[in-house]
Amino acid sequence: MPIGRFPVEAGQVLQFARSLGDTNSIFIDPDVAAAAGLAAIPAPPTFVQSSAHFDPDYPLRPHPDRRWFGSGREATGYGPGDEDVASGMLHGEQYFVYHRPLVVGDVLTAIVRDGDMWTKQGRRGGELRFFEVITDYRDEAGELVVTARVVSVSTQHQPKET
Amino acid sequence: MTDQRTQMAIEVGDTFDQLLVEDLTRTQIVQYAGASGDLNPLHTDATYATEVAGFPGVFAHGMLTMGMTGRILTDVFGPQNLRAFGGRFVMQVWPGDSLTVTAMVTALLEEDGERRARVTVDTVREDGSSVFVGVATVAT
Repeated sequence: MPIGRFPVEAGQVLQFARSLGDTNSIFIDPDVAAAAGLAAIPAPPTFVQSSAHFDPDYPLRPHPDRRWFGSGREATGYGPGDEDVASGMLHGEQYFVYHRPLVVGDVLTAIVRDGDMWTKQGRRGGELRFFEVITDYRDEAGELVVTARVVSVSTQHQPKET
Repeated sequence: MTDQRTQMAIEVGDTFDQLLVEDLTRTQIVQYAGASGDLNPLHTDATYATEVAGFPGVFAHGMLTMGMTGRILTDVFGPQNLRAFGGRFVMQVWPGDSLTVTAMVTALLEEDGERRARVTVDTVREDGSSVFVGVATVAT
């Protein structure tokens, strides 16, 4: 999904690094970042994933006005007519290109475009469909900061081939 | 980590290892879900993961494994020197797994007017099976 404004914030970088078990002080301390020649605290390599917080329609978090497919009273909040957004799709590959270091204080936009599509025979006979999606993250000057490319795999049956 | 280096003499074949997590907890998976914003119940909701999706339980986001793997790149080479990082999710990672990454310099090259190294990363479980294999480019 396109994202209009993704501010890179120190608190979010801290939480993201912490969730990875990353104790490198460069992600917390501006002086350590400065000693490495950086203008501010850098973001960890996979940090742009957290741009999901700034996608108003991101499907993998609950929204107050929508049914959620996770459990509450029942094992899923979805009824028979609801399509499970995560069903049958696997995250196969992920690539990032860093055009410059991403640092706290940057404010990015994200534009998403489709890449290639291809198919392959799965080991269990089913056809695997691969979809490539590319996201360009740009700063306020319009310069590319990070390009992310994801390859998703649609298994068209129970996801047991992982 | 204090072994972050810049301007270091890197040679093809140089190898670095790092323990990424010992006995991965469900709580850390939830912690990553909150930090990344990916709250998919496959990773955060055992009832959904087992009863609806048919998995033995919740499992880690691939991006948690990749994010942890990236630690060896930023620790050894410095975040300011990372130019590219990518790879393939080979197997799911489950609560209780312990992961170790090995990074190896496979080539030195000139690219975009600077000296760079190509580095492979292989993240394995305690039984030696790969869960994430990738490659990075770093400025040296």
